Amino acid sequence: MSALAIRIEGVGKEFPLSRVRDQYPTLRAALASGAQRLVGGGRRARAEGRFWALRDVSVDVHAGEVVAIIGNNGAGKSTLLKILSRITPPTTGRIEARGRLGSLLEVGTGFHAELTGRENVYLNGAILGMRKAEIDRKFDEIVAFSEVERFLDMPVKHYSSGMQVRLAFAVAAHLEPEILVVDEVLAVGDAAFQKKCLGKMQTVSREGRTVLFVSHNLGAVRALCDRGIVLQHGVVTVDAPVAKAVAAYLATLEDASAYDVAERTDRHGKGDVRLTRIEVTSDDDAPGTLTTGRPARFRFHVSDVLPGMSCAFDVFDPLGQQITYFNSSLSEIAGSAPGHAFVCDIDELLLVPGRYRIDAALSCNGELQDKLEGAVFVDVDHGLVRGWPVPTFTQYGSVVLPHRWTTPA
Amino acid sequence: MIGSREMKLPKLTAQTEAALPVTVIRPASGWVTLGVREIWEFRELLFFFVWRDLKVRYRQTLLGASWAVIQPLSTMVIFSVFFGRLARVPSDGVPYPVFSFAGLVPWTFFATALTQASTSLVLHQNLVKKVYFPRLVIPIAVVLVGIVDFAIAFVVLIGMMAFYGLTPTWHVVWAPLLLVLAIITALGAGIWFAALNVRYRDVQYLVPFLAQMWLFMTPVAYPSSLLGEPWRTVYGLNPMVGVVEGFRWALLGTTTAPGPTVAMSVAAALALLVGAVYFFRRVESTFADTV
Repeated sequence: MSALAIRIEGVGKEFPLSRVRDQYPTLRAALASGAQRLVGGGRRARAEGRFWALRDVSVDVHAGEVVAIIGNNGAGKSTLLKILSRITPPTTGRIEARGRLGSLLEVGTGFHAELTGRENVYLNGAILGMRKAEIDRKFDEIVAFSEVERFLDMPVKHYSSGMQVRLAFAVAAHLEPEILVVDEVLAVGDAAFQKKCLGKMQTVSREGRTVLFVSHNLGAVRALCDRGIVLQHGVVTVDAPVAKAVAAYLATLEDASAYDVAERTDRHGKGDVRLTRIEVTSDDDAPGTLTTGRPARFRFHVSDVLPGMSCAFDVFDPLGQQITYFNSSLSEIAGSAPGHAFVCDIDELLLVPGRYRIDAALSCNGELQDKLEGAVFVDVDHGLVRGWPVPTFTQYGSVVLPHRWTTPA
Repeated sequence: MIGSREMKLPKLTAQTEAALPVTVIRPASGWVTLGVREIWEFRELLFFFVWRDLKVRYRQTLLGASWAVIQPLSTMVIFSVFFGRLARVPSDGVPYPVFSFAGLVPWTFFATALTQASTSLVLHQNLVKKVYFPRLVIPIAVVLVGIVDFAIAFVVLIGMMAFYGLTPTWHVVWAPLLLVLAIITALGAGIWFAALNVRYRDVQYLVPFLAQMWLFMTPVAYPSSLLGEPWRTVYGLNPMVGVVEGFRWALLGTTTAPGPTVAMSVAAALALLVGAVYFFRRVESTFADTV
């Protein structure tokens, strides 16, 4: 057994709810409440709600292990990685890491659009913790890996997003820390480059470096990792060899296809009627993730039945670009009187595999009653359209149109 | 089985791995150090931030350099017309335009550094949220970038002195130290407001107003010789008083020896900086959560 690389002991992270609601405190308010407390005799106006993003996480990782951290959105994966990368401190517990820890949290962080590719390699390398001498030494290798040699002296603002991503990953991939933390970076670039990135990660692990890998790409997880840790609601529920962990995670997805949104406070609209629960299912109400080319069903449960009520939702691609829009008031609703749910059926889901954001809204006679941004996030899995496989989301688009090619004589 | 939790843990200090540094991550505690050593370890990153800003700024060389001069120069013209000509503000025996410009050169450095440092963390929030490095590097880099503008304006000042037939005395050897005092003051104020701005987002509206007030409380448009002792020394509690008066004394040889005022300013500037770094370090760990 090799030495310990990371020891995580009882780590927890608590956030005040005001942060979750995304409100910025102001100096004015702080001074006002301070004065109020002074006058009012030292009692706080209201105790603030808090919530635990991570609770009592204890994990030991040995040098050379490649560990996947799996879990739904909001399960605490990113929080754990942020604590490991020292971006945010834990509220409880303690972590000991042996060796340099490098994180690939998001590719391209710190790129400056006005600087050339060459200059950005140095800047980005320095931000990730490399010494100048180290970057000098690896410079040619980085450039070769990125495949952007010809544009090296051009400002990166003229690069395509694919080129930027390649250059950024190339820098990060050459960081060579003893412990590498990787978050979703493989979701970018074209298929060939993804393959290259996977290869690079495999090399890293073969060199005896420790890798912590967070990804929704379960195929990559299975191919790369020895061990899987499943996080659910901030708690480690499974810590097992990767195949077992992935299987356990897939079993939990069943619950994840329904979302209770009644408790959410970040909503807009008049509020006479509200969305309470959203279910996303594939054909025949079978739970699980959606699949390209297969049917999809969105079921919106509402708190009340009002005359003239309608339901609408927007779909956004992984880059936040709106793709399409559904509105019940624009089409005839099958069924008798309005009920406690709206169901929208899509016969053939023509979205490429990836993660999509859904904003959902309720209106009554044109007046907005309830709107939830990011009401649900749905994952679309690989599937076939007219018998052909569809590649994962890239910057080239997110919609598949059924088509055929011919080469007429 | 790998990673089984019941397994007896190997000692972290295995012989072969003894060379590897160990990072301990713990909850933020109330007690913090100033973290000077860590800044030193990250000096290359500091260098790259300064280098990046200079590169972007001076990519179009003429434009970048001209801004450094236009701002104090135009203020000098306004001051000369209204304070020098119309209000007949005394200027310690040197022509008013040189008098005010000698004050405006360090003042512009300070005011620019203060306003830019105060928004620097929020501007770099993408980095702060995603990569670890001592966050102090960001405001420090912003302040250091300003030195180049200062140097350019300084050359213009020397040209102006030549135009008016003024030669610097041997006191000029103090000028670099007075620049250091200006840097310390700018760092102190900039770091305070950088940290405050992350916590309270309305601070950004306060800073320009504060910079304006500070200008009037600093003897840029008027000489501190208007005050008698001991008030002139007490005036040095505003560290920019020592910078501006010291600067005039070193370059223009204004007769009012500002020794006690400058000493007071040095003490005030150091206190401001240490307080700022301490406050910054206390709230630093929460930046990623609050920015």
